[in-house]
Amino acid sequence: MNSKKKKMKSSHSAGVKLKRFYPLYIMALPAMVLLFLFSYLPLAGLTIAFKEYKFSGGIFGSPWITPWYKNFEILFNNSAAFNAIRNTLFLNALFIIFGTSFALLLAICFNEIRHKWVKKISQSLTFLPYFISTVVVGIFAAGLLGYETGTINRIIESFGGEKIAFYMEAGYWPLIMVIVNIWKGAGYSAIVYLASITGIDPTYYEAAEIDGASRFRQIWNITLPLLRSTIIVLTIMSIGRIMNSDFGLFYNVTGDMPPLYPTVDVIDTYIYRALRQMGDIGISSAAGFFQSIVGFVLVLISNKAADRFEKGSALF
Amino acid sequence: MRKRKITVGYVVVLLFVCSFALICLYPFLLVISGSFTTNAAAIKYGFRLIPGEFTTASYKTLFKDFSSIANGYKVTVFVTVIGTAGSLLINSMMAYVLSRTNLPGRKVINIYVLITMLFNGGMVPWYIVCTRYLYLQNNILALIIPMLVNAWNIFLIRNFFASISISMYESALLDGAGEFTIFSKIYAPLSKPVMATVLLFTALGYWNDWWHGLMLIEDRNMQPLQMLLRSVISNIQFLQTADPSPEIQALMASVPGDGLKMALVVLTTGPIILLYPFVQRYFVAGIMVGGVKE
Repeated sequence: MNSKKKKMKSSHSAGVKLKRFYPLYIMALPAMVLLFLFSYLPLAGLTIAFKEYKFSGGIFGSPWITPWYKNFEILFNNSAAFNAIRNTLFLNALFIIFGTSFALLLAICFNEIRHKWVKKISQSLTFLPYFISTVVVGIFAAGLLGYETGTINRIIESFGGEKIAFYMEAGYWPLIMVIVNIWKGAGYSAIVYLASITGIDPTYYEAAEIDGASRFRQIWNITLPLLRSTIIVLTIMSIGRIMNSDFGLFYNVTGDMPPLYPTVDVIDTYIYRALRQMGDIGISSAAGFFQSIVGFVLVLISNKAADRFEKGSALF
Repeated sequence: MRKRKITVGYVVVLLFVCSFALICLYPFLLVISGSFTTNAAAIKYGFRLIPGEFTTASYKTLFKDFSSIANGYKVTVFVTVIGTAGSLLINSMMAYVLSRTNLPGRKVINIYVLITMLFNGGMVPWYIVCTRYLYLQNNILALIIPMLVNAWNIFLIRNFFASISISMYESALLDGAGEFTIFSKIYAPLSKPVMATVLLFTALGYWNDWWHGLMLIEDRNMQPLQMLLRSVISNIQFLQTADPSPEIQALMASVPGDGLKMALVVLTTGPIILLYPFVQRYFVAGIMVGGVKE
């Protein structure tokens, strides 16, 4: 022990320190370089929203655009961009409200099930959709919603109804996306809530039982209040990400069908089209800049807010 | 806990959970059944849980022209194996560094990693960086390198490393072991549960990735499985949307039918579903540890 103390003391000079710690810096290097390339360079690249992008000049060599807000002027005079922003906010609000309530309900129900095997199997099945790619989710959706062979249209027909061309009718899609979102994510979120539920001290329930509280009252008066902080923190965190969508889910499940853009074109799919299909760096980078900056602010606010509700829940 | 009676409420709970579980399972069964259904029966009856007319024609057709699928498998397996191994090494090394509390500059590195979790430049600058500066277009590395580092995984592993007793580290240091040796011979083996979790999340991410293929790969020989699947369906999807006119019906006959598509889904997703029962618990463990602070 004494010899170690001496060693610590002697390591005060910078040279010795470097010699002792340099292997650690080398171990950190690969991750730091990759983060620099794929996270920090794109962050710096946000500046292209104020530039007239030239491939030869790249991000840093392209000239500044005049007036500096020109790309944004074009963007905000574009009704499709507004539509995408509105859809993103509206659909994310629906996802937060219905996704959270459903996952919570599912977690509470899982916790109530006393038949172990039922609990195990049903939990495995609800978690299964988390494991497949959004491409496959898109194929599943097409199998259900297809005009000719889709299961839902077959059911409608068997009741004597008119078939619905789902991929042509934008009106159905907010509902469809909410259902798909729940189908894909509820099993995952339920596990998060279940982790909190199983962390609740069982003596609360024992005491309530002695007082004659019904199972429902126990859920209402013990489980839900104790989950409150988890729910609030998770909700605030999702509000911080309200400008972002799961690009794959929207792109693949809607099949990128133009008739559906009025209700389910979100910022991410809009940017993708502007970038890859129209090749318009100006408008796509302006939309991306807008999304990122609003996102930054929301993340900062939501982080603060989460910390106020529950100390220590903030990420930074 | 004493045994409670089976009440009406309990039956409602059971029904709710079981029906949602079945809804989650249903599309999988539908696709498996669909892959064994003849095209004619699919058009006549729609897809059902039990094939209207049983056939293995879809699989036979796929195996006849197996080269593109085999190539997709090759790409996906290569990318998944190399990517997962590299990612696990790079992330856990970084996690080890962040768990060394006496390291000068640790806080700065910590913030450097954390910032990437919170802020990002979005799709457009990322795309320009990848194509213009890193030459990743039509480069197989485009499917590996961008996903190697994951801040969430770094912090998950770091938290586990931080729980390992410091005396282990100190005694190894006194024995003359270097930092990398301590990491690879002591910390990594002691952290098998969290390593397994991160490994599986990463492997799943690589296996299911199609986005990097969409953004950066045009060469058909480098397309991963998921992208192959996508390109097959995007050719057909628009055809089934509206009233099929005679021309479109003729076109539908020439493109691969739904059965073929579903057989392709079975072949690409099958490995995940087969592994699922064995690996599920590692995912659950990972979510339970890190879920709230995602």
